[in-house]
Amino acid sequence: MKAKMLSYTRQDSPIHRLTGAVKLLFFVLWCVTAMITYDTRCLLAMFVFSLAVFKISKVKFRNFSFVLYLILFFMLLNQLAVYLFSPAEGVKIYGTSHELFHFAGRYNLTAEQLFYQFNILLKYFTVIPMALLFLLTTDPSEFAASLNRIGVSYRISYAVSIAMRYIPDIQRDFQNIAFAAQARGIDMSKKEKLGARIKNVSAVLMPLILTSLQRIETISAAMELRAFGHGRTRTWYNARPFAKGDFLALVLIVAISAGSTLLTFYDGTRFYNIFLNR
Amino acid sequence: MRKGKGLSIITIVATGIGSALFVILGRFGSIPSGLPDTNIETTYALLALFAILYGPVAGLLIGLIGHTLKDAIFYGSPWFSWVIASAVVGLIIGLAARSIRIHDGEFGAKQIIRFNLIQVLANAIAWFVIAPVLDILIYAEPSNKVFTQGLVAGVSNIVTVAVLGTLLLLAYAKTRTKQGSLTKEA
Repeated sequence: MKAKMLSYTRQDSPIHRLTGAVKLLFFVLWCVTAMITYDTRCLLAMFVFSLAVFKISKVKFRNFSFVLYLILFFMLLNQLAVYLFSPAEGVKIYGTSHELFHFAGRYNLTAEQLFYQFNILLKYFTVIPMALLFLLTTDPSEFAASLNRIGVSYRISYAVSIAMRYIPDIQRDFQNIAFAAQARGIDMSKKEKLGARIKNVSAVLMPLILTSLQRIETISAAMELRAFGHGRTRTWYNARPFAKGDFLALVLIVAISAGSTLLTFYDGTRFYNIFLNR
Repeated sequence: MRKGKGLSIITIVATGIGSALFVILGRFGSIPSGLPDTNIETTYALLALFAILYGPVAGLLIGLIGHTLKDAIFYGSPWFSWVIASAVVGLIIGLAARSIRIHDGEFGAKQIIRFNLIQVLANAIAWFVIAPVLDILIYAEPSNKVFTQGLVAGVSNIVTVAVLGTLLLLAYAKTRTKQGSLTKEA
């Protein structure tokens, strides 16, 4: 049950040195930009850029390799599903049809479909490196401070901070309860039939949730006693002032977003059509 | 406990702990149903319970924060269309919190029906409409694919919440003292 999860490791690189707020802002703008555009040129440029940033960050491959395999697997499934459900989506979007190969019935392989699915793939691949990088290089305890810095109310930032703080604790609780249940013969693994399995999971769920409710009472009583929420703002132990690199990163992301959006909508459509001028 | 403006402390803490639970149950508490790509997500039963216990704001935030963190930590990048759908589920179910009053230990047939009506509505809006439409808007995926996915996820979530969510609420109601449960001796 020991699942690996992405986590921050202390290292020194220009990316690690950026403040959390800037990295968060960069990541959010990057995602929005990648969501808006379907322009192959923008996506390719952004993908190459993100790889370059990855190189600079000196993050080790083994820290995220397990997630990468998972992502690639899901991506493959998704691509297959897209094709199975709609083999002519590309033809519909780009308006032309260059058939390369015919399988059976409505399933043929067109250059347009290939290009369309390549674009979907590219869209994910521009976001994933940045998401991984953000998670791997940002100190979780700095994260709440960053959220607050970019304008999220400090109460909500604090809720996020509590969530991140308690994920390991609740995972441990879950394991303890699950082991205790197994010792009593309540099996949650796939050896059990579906109906029994659901019943057994709920046997673990109940104590987990009740202890968590108790925990909520304790924590909120403690926060209440320390007058949490009395002031309109609060300061954060882990907040850092912006340095030169932070301003540079901000300028860069604004330029990328503006440039990409301009280029995408310059010809009036989200999609970059390579089939038009043939 | 609520002090006019802003979130109350209990809502903040419930959001934090609820999100952490959402992450853990989302990762370890999902049971493959036998059909490809569809899991029985026990975590939505938890979301329903917390939404009923702590209200719409907590429900919305748990869906939003919990789902984002779960996707980010275990799968590397959040899938925003489904994150927003989760948040909507929490919000809508939370709106029923006031009319169910689980804190008073009252959870009989009437409340069970009310809870299930609202959860079916919430899941239907989120998975049959919001998630697929956002998938099309954001990722431009083929519409029949995303609507099929939404349909499967929605139905499986409705069944999960109907069974597990109701069970959890029943169990919780039993731990509360009923209002007016004391009788005066003659």
